[in-house]
Amino acid sequence: MSYLPREELSFQEPVAAPAPGRDPARAPVRILAVRCATPAPDRPTSTDEKLDRESAEWLRSLAGAGAPKEAAVARLHELLLKVARAEVNRRRSRLRLAGPELDDLAHQAAADSLMAITGKLDDFRGESRFTTWAYKFVILEVSTKIGRHFWRHPTVAMGAEDWERLPDRFGLDPAGKAEWQDLIAALRRAVDDVLSDHQRRIFVAIVIAGVPVESLALELASNRNAIYKTMFDARRKIRAELAAKGYLDTRTATVRHG
Amino acid sequence: MTGWDALDRFLDVDPEDVGCEKAMALLHIYVELVRADPETATERYAGVEAHLRACGPCGEDFEGLLSAVSAEQRQNVV
Repeated sequence: MSYLPREELSFQEPVAAPAPGRDPARAPVRILAVRCATPAPDRPTSTDEKLDRESAEWLRSLAGAGAPKEAAVARLHELLLKVARAEVNRRRSRLRLAGPELDDLAHQAAADSLMAITGKLDDFRGESRFTTWAYKFVILEVSTKIGRHFWRHPTVAMGAEDWERLPDRFGLDPAGKAEWQDLIAALRRAVDDVLSDHQRRIFVAIVIAGVPVESLALELASNRNAIYKTMFDARRKIRAELAAKGYLDTRTATVRHG
Repeated sequence: MTGWDALDRFLDVDPEDVGCEKAMALLHIYVELVRADPETATERYAGVEAHLRACGPCGEDFEGLLSAVSAEQRQNVV
């Protein structure tokens, strides 16, 4: 197993390649047969050498042809469907989906991730077991499809600005109403004063209206990373403003106010 | 926890946070390392860990993949 050294990791660095399994524009398809990518004849031996036996067998079968390949594709689909079903079931308490819809979502996620995986076999570098790498695709597909489902039955409007809901968002004690009013007023001033229009729109949608990040990314034809980066910058700016106004400590999480 | 504590915790950002794209690109490697050696995972992937703590959707995906891999390995043992 190989690792990126810590110094290579930085949130600020641009990353060109999108995360696998993320293609909101692609319509869900429910099929079993897929056309696999033509295997590269000169797959680097360094990858082959560090593969465990099972992962090497997966790669060999999926990149091959004929009956062994068809059997491997069918087996992989079966595993992906199993993982997708477990994942939608794990998340079901937070979803407004019934049994048949959940199973349909699992089928779509399995089919779409299977297509993505078989089209990206050359991207697998043996840094994990093949199945762990493959399961990532189906987990991300489930996330994307759940985000898409939100807009079919939205529980909130994206621009809704009910700031009185903020205490619920932070799980605050209903008894501390006087404190909330102070907090809401200070936060709202900071949001209005220091955020750009784009940052304000994203902040309000996520924090005040409660739109899920994945759903917001789809609605804005953006992606999770861009939304997170906007929120990251917004949080930093708001905190600096509240610290400058004496509401929050400048160095630690210790609260000065109240 | 007071409301100000909760707000401060929400607004606090970790400069080591690698963001969604890198965290997701490394997720399969990170998950296997978490299962094998959590301390090394924390040491080598502090930025990924910081991100998964702060980002709800990525944290959810991490839990899902960890759960899938754990279930598979439990079945292999039985």
